[in-house]
Amino acid sequence: MFELLGIPPQALFGQLLIGLINGSFYALLSLGLAVIFGMLNIINFAHGALYMLGAFVAWFLLQYVGLSYWWALIVAPVTVGLVGLVIERTMLKQLYKLDHLYGLLLTFGLALIIQGVFRNEFGSSGLPYQIPEALQGGRNLGFMFLPNYRTWVIVVSLVVCLATWYAIERTRLGAYLRAATENPSLVQAFGINVPRLITLTYAFGVALAAFAGVLAAPIYRVSPLMGADLIIVVFAVVVIGGMGSILGSTVTGFALGVIEGLTKVFYPEASNTVIFVIMAIVLFVKPAGLFGRAA
Amino acid sequence: MASNRSAALAPPVGEARPVHQYYAFALMVAFLLVAPSFMYPVFLMNVLCFALFACAFNLLIGYVGLLSFGHAAFLGAGGYLSAHAAKVWGLPPELAILTGTAAATLLGLVFGLIAIRRQGIYFAMITLALAQMVYFYALQAPWTGGEDGIQAVPRGVMFGVIDLRQPLALYAVVLVIFLAGFLLIYRTIHSPFGQILKAIRENEPRALSLGYKPDQYKLLAFVLSAALSGLAGSTKAIVFQLASLTDVHWGMSGEVVLMTLLGGLGTVFGPVVGAFVIVAMQNYLAQIGSWVVVAQGAIFVICVLTFRRGVVGELGRLIKKPF
Repeated sequence: MFELLGIPPQALFGQLLIGLINGSFYALLSLGLAVIFGMLNIINFAHGALYMLGAFVAWFLLQYVGLSYWWALIVAPVTVGLVGLVIERTMLKQLYKLDHLYGLLLTFGLALIIQGVFRNEFGSSGLPYQIPEALQGGRNLGFMFLPNYRTWVIVVSLVVCLATWYAIERTRLGAYLRAATENPSLVQAFGINVPRLITLTYAFGVALAAFAGVLAAPIYRVSPLMGADLIIVVFAVVVIGGMGSILGSTVTGFALGVIEGLTKVFYPEASNTVIFVIMAIVLFVKPAGLFGRAA
Repeated sequence: MASNRSAALAPPVGEARPVHQYYAFALMVAFLLVAPSFMYPVFLMNVLCFALFACAFNLLIGYVGLLSFGHAAFLGAGGYLSAHAAKVWGLPPELAILTGTAAATLLGLVFGLIAIRRQGIYFAMITLALAQMVYFYALQAPWTGGEDGIQAVPRGVMFGVIDLRQPLALYAVVLVIFLAGFLLIYRTIHSPFGQILKAIRENEPRALSLGYKPDQYKLLAFVLSAALSGLAGSTKAIVFQLASLTDVHWGMSGEVVLMTLLGGLGTVFGPVVGAFVIVAMQNYLAQIGSWVVVAQGAIFVICVLTFRRGVVGELGRLIKKPF
């Protein structure tokens, strides 16, 4: 076998794979944040908590209803989407005329409530969730072992990101959405129900988070704080990529996951902080973010 | 549009001669002087440290309109450096506190240079991410003690005469530090410098067009806020003889936002009231355990939805005088 800079290839490709997996979650979550931000001008601090909620819905379904992983992939995003619907209708709606920072504060409060309740009920150690039967096992690629489930996560995240891009950039509904982002009152004057569009956007954004949560359930344990630290990294990803472009946040998400994975191989001490360091550098070189439009 | 929004965030402070604020200040000092006779001094010192922290935070959000979600980094950095200086280097408490404050100031300069390149929501996310870096550093670095933190920090003898092992002497020192920080902030927001900060908050392009350089003013305000947060953290480390990960965690950054929001953004006394309420809540509701976090989240939601002026802001509106 070959060696690269004194690193055994198993370790290198292993971390690369973990990086791609993390990158999938960065991409899905930052995509949801970007979609919500585009329409509501709010940074959804509850995104990590709703991602956790998605994983818990999957766990509940399996534990108490007996619905499998495949059902959870549909039911969890719908459930969390409905939660998002309620949040937007009852609370966020009142904040649109105020400073955007209030939206951040409100969703931060919601995140504390959701995470706090689950922590009281389930502790912080986490619950196991089985990989569905069809995706168990893996294949030997010669230089490394590739578990099927991880392949599935990477592929399906990519597909969802591309589908979202297609829906927003290439369909009629997406055109309404983009138009309403640019000029809501004009679009409203054309007879399009902008408030409903906003509600649906928020519900869709948090449904994406819940979908990521279901994908994550078999890899990480289902735990109340699984989204708490993740969301901060995703914020950094969003700052690096800029929130202007959907493909941009997808690419940034995956790329940063890989960079983080590689850092774990070459300089493990920095693996927790490398994304934040990159963020600082990007802010100096290109403050609007790699794919962002200047404010 | 932009000016309307920031005005909603922090109602402009009236410019009439603030005699009622002097009365309120006298009342606060009088309360803090007699309070140790009927309240637990350690609780009061905890309140004072957090009150100073919240006042420093309020300087940014209330008067410059910048929401920092990473202020725990400065509190924590001050605490760790102060604890390390007192315990390992054996410095007397005044020098330990000075070391911690200087470290937080320096950190504030670095973070400020990076974060003021973006505004609004991005500013909040960037400060949060930078503070998370400090958290991971504190978790991993050998000298910070990881999960244990730095424990058993000696309180020592201040200036060679004030024995801080006496609870009341310690309380007096903490009170003086708090009042000094409070007055410095009060002076700052009522100085010409403070007026320009408010002008930048209300309308940055116009301030720029008048020849002021907003970035320099923002940076200076950010560094000042970081320094005072570091002072609060350094003092807290000496009082509790402990520097721990709690103080650098993002939860702490959220807590200081909550204190300020609850007390009243952009009010002089709001952060003090907010700190008092939140610390009291943590103290007296300790038996409900982690439900405290849920309660804090609920207060966040209620404040944002129905109570945006905060306790002191509403009070000031009621009697038509800004506090």
